[in-house]
Amino acid sequence: MLTRDRVAGVVILLFSLAVMWETRVLPLGNFHNPGPGYMPMLLAIVLGAMAILVALGGGGSLPLRSLAWPEKRHALAILAGCAFTALAMERIGYRLTVILLLGFILWVVERKRPVVVVATALGLSLGTFYLFSTLLRVPLPVGPGRF
Amino acid sequence: MVETLQNLYLGFSIALSPSVLIYAFAGCIIGTLVGILPGVGPLAGISLLLPASFGLNATTAMVLLAGIYYGAMYGGSTTSILMRIPGEAASVMTCIDGYAMTRKGRAGPALAIAAIGSYFAGTVSVVGLMLLAPPLASFALRFGPPEYVALLLLGLLALAYMSGGSVPKALAMAALGLLLGMIGIDPMTGYFRFHYGLVELGDGIGVVPVAVGLFGLSEILLTAGQSTPPAVMKPRLRELLPSRQEWRDSVWSIGRGTVLGFLIGIIPGSAHIISSFVSYAVERRLSRHPERFGHGAVEGVAGPESANNSATSGAFVPMLALGVPSGPIPAVMLAAMMVHGISPGPLLIMQQPDLFWGFIASMYVGNVVLLILNLPLVGIFVNLLRIPYPFLYPAILVFSVVGVYAVNGSVVDVWIMAVMGVLGYLLRKFEFETAPIVLGLVLAPMLEMSLRQSLALSSGSYAVFVTRPIAATMLGLGLAILLLSLRPVFTRGLDWRRRLGLESKPSLGEEGKP
Repeated sequence: MLTRDRVAGVVILLFSLAVMWETRVLPLGNFHNPGPGYMPMLLAIVLGAMAILVALGGGGSLPLRSLAWPEKRHALAILAGCAFTALAMERIGYRLTVILLLGFILWVVERKRPVVVVATALGLSLGTFYLFSTLLRVPLPVGPGRF
Repeated sequence: MVETLQNLYLGFSIALSPSVLIYAFAGCIIGTLVGILPGVGPLAGISLLLPASFGLNATTAMVLLAGIYYGAMYGGSTTSILMRIPGEAASVMTCIDGYAMTRKGRAGPALAIAAIGSYFAGTVSVVGLMLLAPPLASFALRFGPPEYVALLLLGLLALAYMSGGSVPKALAMAALGLLLGMIGIDPMTGYFRFHYGLVELGDGIGVVPVAVGLFGLSEILLTAGQSTPPAVMKPRLRELLPSRQEWRDSVWSIGRGTVLGFLIGIIPGSAHIISSFVSYAVERRLSRHPERFGHGAVEGVAGPESANNSATSGAFVPMLALGVPSGPIPAVMLAAMMVHGISPGPLLIMQQPDLFWGFIASMYVGNVVLLILNLPLVGIFVNLLRIPYPFLYPAILVFSVVGVYAVNGSVVDVWIMAVMGVLGYLLRKFEFETAPIVLGLVLAPMLEMSLRQSLALSSGSYAVFVTRPIAATMLGLGLAILLLSLRPVFTRGLDWRRRLGLESKPSLGEEGKP
């Protein structure tokens, strides 16, 4: 039966194998004089071994199908917002990015009233910019027209 | 002793002078605000405000920076308890039971216990720093690379053994964290490992984006879409007072956390982080009801908060006595001292007594200032929970993005936060603990460097780890812990953890879900 621990163990094992594959380009050195690839290889082996133990001992864990994802719509939307922020922040500036991010989350995802969305997005965007950039002198990116 | 008291008198005459006192207050207030802002930790706060201290004299500058450090440690616990967003890595353990207490309507007592524990630990540890600095510093000098390897391995194994869930899972997460710490330029050979064309990864992956992603963003991802979002508490002032039982449960945890934090703090390393992890594990191990941990045990807040504040003072021992920074924050403070033309090291106490003793005395003053500031303001902090969650989580997201971006001014860190958020979300769905990842990430460079230095010192012989008594003792302990912890996997027997009801608690993200 597919259980949560078995699936997790197999996925982590595959990840450890991928790390071992990636480590091939680094000089391993030897047992007495480790090179830059030695420690990552050792850790990938430990990770793989633990993943096997997790998978082998995972027969008693909950079935995979019992895993529910009721929050997936929100989670995907928030992640899309994070990706947009990372892509846009240095192109269109911090303030505009945050206004668009909050507009998306509050209006599209949370279905709030437009007036509330605009007020919250403008307030948080300009407020945090003032706090961090002006008061704390954290250099935040500005966009076209110095906005 | 008389000489120490005379020196302390000199220190207080400096620390209580109006100009220094104002900067102590300013540092504590700024630090608390920096700590409260989710995602902005003491390291980012001190780094950002370092240039502001250049115009001050050396003593005032150090007092200001130390105030920011203390204040941020206090403030960091607030966001950990109220929002499950660690201000910095040392607050990670506070998130677990602090946030669980919040969800049970006990946010006020959790904040009050954290503030009182931090005050007690901060004050007592300064006494320890003052009295024990010279002999403890000389003991820490005996630690060479082999001892560090043994200490770090022992710490990781102890953490895995004492964690609530499965040991192989905890060890896998620690290994994953250590692997993340391998990213970047190898300091011994200059090889750029796992960079995938991103030069920003040269210095490795930062702790801040990983911690904010694993703890902050993953929490948002898990809770934002729930049909029944986290209840908004509206505590009254009298509800902020801990109950008699909570006081009783916290007293010994605060005491143990103070001693443990100070002892771990004097050893160079990311002491305040390790101390909170170890303190949490010890409290859980010693508790008569370990099954309460992870579900709102007040000891899980009192111990780690006391330990990380105590370790903060302990971390100043190698910095002031040896000129060796014990972590990134003391390193920044050391840089500030050097900007003012002061050479830290064993001669500092003799050559700059006003700076050393003024700094020590300002720590006492800073702790009192923080207690005065924090306890009355706890009610104001709790008001953050009155904000409806559909408005609160986008705000947390914005603060997290700014905090992560501010450390290096790079969007790569925002990407790392997002990836870690997804990872934390999935791991918590599959009931993995994410705290060992953060510890592994912090310890990885030190562990690798110490291992390779040890082998370089011994011409490649691994006997160096068993011929040195301190290293051999710690490795022996680590091996015993490993064998004990893996025994149930092979024998399918019951170990003490299962007998105590510590077996596989539900992940935090699953709590309260249908």
